[in-house]
Amino acid sequence: METKALKRLFWIAGSVLFLIGLGGWYDRLANGHVHANYGSVVTWGLWVAAYIYFIGLSAGSFLISSLVYVFNVKRFERIGRLAVFTAVITLLLALLSIWADLGHMGRAWEVMIYANFKSPMAWMIWLYSAYFLLLVAELWFLLRWDFVVGSSERSLCGRLFRLLKLGSNDVSENSRSRDRRIVKILATIGVPVAIMFHGGVGALFGVVAARPHWHSGMFPILFLLSALVSGGALLTVLAAVFQDGWTRNREIVVSLGQLVLGLLLLDVLFQVSEMLVAFRGGIPGEVEGLKLVLGGPYWAVFWVGQLALGTLVPILLLVFRTRSDPRWVSLAGLLIAAGFMGMRLNIVVPGLAVEELRGLAESISSARISAHYLPGITEWLVTLGIVGLGMLLFGLGEVFLPQGSEGEETHVRIR
Amino acid sequence: MEDKDLPRTSVPDQPQGLSRRNLVSRLVTIGAAALATAMSAGGAVEALAGESEEGAHDLTGAMPSSRRFRYGMVVDTRRCVGCKACVVACKAENKTPPGVSYTLVLNNAFGERLDDKPLFMTKPCFHCEQPPCVDVCPVGATFKRERDGIVVVDYDRCIGCRYCVTGCPYGARYFDFDENYPAVEDQTAYAAVPSPEYKQFRVRKKGQSPAGNVRKCTFCVHLQDEQGRYDKNAGRWPSCAKTCTGHAIHFGDLSDPNSEVAKLLRERQAVRLKEELGTQPNVFYLL
Repeated sequence: METKALKRLFWIAGSVLFLIGLGGWYDRLANGHVHANYGSVVTWGLWVAAYIYFIGLSAGSFLISSLVYVFNVKRFERIGRLAVFTAVITLLLALLSIWADLGHMGRAWEVMIYANFKSPMAWMIWLYSAYFLLLVAELWFLLRWDFVVGSSERSLCGRLFRLLKLGSNDVSENSRSRDRRIVKILATIGVPVAIMFHGGVGALFGVVAARPHWHSGMFPILFLLSALVSGGALLTVLAAVFQDGWTRNREIVVSLGQLVLGLLLLDVLFQVSEMLVAFRGGIPGEVEGLKLVLGGPYWAVFWVGQLALGTLVPILLLVFRTRSDPRWVSLAGLLIAAGFMGMRLNIVVPGLAVEELRGLAESISSARISAHYLPGITEWLVTLGIVGLGMLLFGLGEVFLPQGSEGEETHVRIR
Repeated sequence: MEDKDLPRTSVPDQPQGLSRRNLVSRLVTIGAAALATAMSAGGAVEALAGESEEGAHDLTGAMPSSRRFRYGMVVDTRRCVGCKACVVACKAENKTPPGVSYTLVLNNAFGERLDDKPLFMTKPCFHCEQPPCVDVCPVGATFKRERDGIVVVDYDRCIGCRYCVTGCPYGARYFDFDENYPAVEDQTAYAAVPSPEYKQFRVRKKGQSPAGNVRKCTFCVHLQDEQGRYDKNAGRWPSCAKTCTGHAIHFGDLSDPNSEVAKLLRERQAVRLKEELGTQPNVFYLL
């Protein structure tokens, strides 16, 4: 019963967010960037932060799915499909976020054709395009057998499955094991691709020598770790909501919680190291950004969002006895996943909010040439709408996609 | 691709044109080497890939054969009174919208000085010899011109991702938010006057380039003649330098030993900003 109430809440929240997001999209498409609050000093804002956030969730949940499909960790088998599905959806959300951020949305395709491979951004785009195709193929092979079996039903689902099975009719045991082999190959290729493209997102920031807050060899690694933590955390939430929720996924949620705890502690270690070294070195350029994070106008994003709610509370929940209750674990997961948005914002904005030359922002009176940034209403609405869209897609996925009886699959494989 | 591509832009002197090269053959040529380039931004791999080693030359100006000029500025801060006429002249010349200022005047860029003298610095784009903005552009829309080293933006190629804005250490790049001053907004006669930038003579229209693009100082490249020369006496001279009330902004070809700028660099002690980044700016300051 409780899962049902949770699910209803999920649908309502998703729909509301999606609908208010339409208002933001209307303004973005009709008026361009006029109502966005970023400028030419803080030139990337909420949308870029949302982009690296979602793309981290995607890479993270994909890498966790690889535990199942590459490394044969049986324990997580039941959420393998869910993890791959999550990777596809969050990647879509990431692409939507960054698309809204482009000055010329209609020219996004140019990166494919005119790619400048000296630019980490071009590499990232090529790699995540490859990753996207790979994910969709992997998901299809994961679901193919169920599509074919389910396509004989007369329901709406059956009709959808007839479409999605793409003409495949083989329900033999041979075809299933072939699917599994293909999934394993795709997942295996996917691991280095995911590491490269998400490490690449970190490198995109890390290579910018002009921004000392970003310019660190730690960045690609920090991005990967953060992806694993946030992706794993999100999966504890999703596993508690979907596929009969925490009642059936109890063991998975609990052990995933412990995995996330370990990764989170490692992530904290890296971030603390980055901060301590920078502060002890004390070079103004390198410290300015961190000072903004800790004591700038948006200090609460770090102290309350990122540290208290996103790190300390979840660590306590995952260390004390609550660690074996899936509901507390998924709450911890939700807090971690949400807290990482603060971490993403604290990468993008403070890195840019430090004037590159002293007095730049004061030299002319313009809101676009200012070191201060607070996202505008359009930016918030579009981002919330993208979150809502993601929630709806998850809901639809649960309704229309085969849930799979992984227990059975394991059974077959063991035999 | 080639034929379709070239007429799309009238920015002269195209870049190390990805557009002009067959993408497939390019991929094959650079292959894994480019991956290393992307990751290390190292120069050694470039040579492997057969790229022109532009910028491998040193400060004193041995230039690649295709390079004929090295345009730059020498700004005498002791002559600058901070009147900002250069800022206004630039706006008038290039018709830049609000929030886009190809040049600005910094006040006390070095912080409090013990001598208590005010220090104003006009700051155009430095047209670096090693421009970090160029390498980060995902579509090669911004590039350093082979003939004169001026860093330009192809408005028809730029997708508006603003990576170059983050990559420039000097705040020389500005995103055009499609905003307008009242004279343009109210459709006065001024609104119909095209901007001479890049000799493209674009009239400002909502949603059309350069709106949604990143823009920057071009050293008023549209005032060059066919050979790429400026002429101070004829008024074909960057508008900020032309208008400077205190004659603080000196412009010219740094590689020409007889130019005003080259003489100033020989006679006086000049500094450049953020030398430690290796960008090798072509704008020098006399303190």
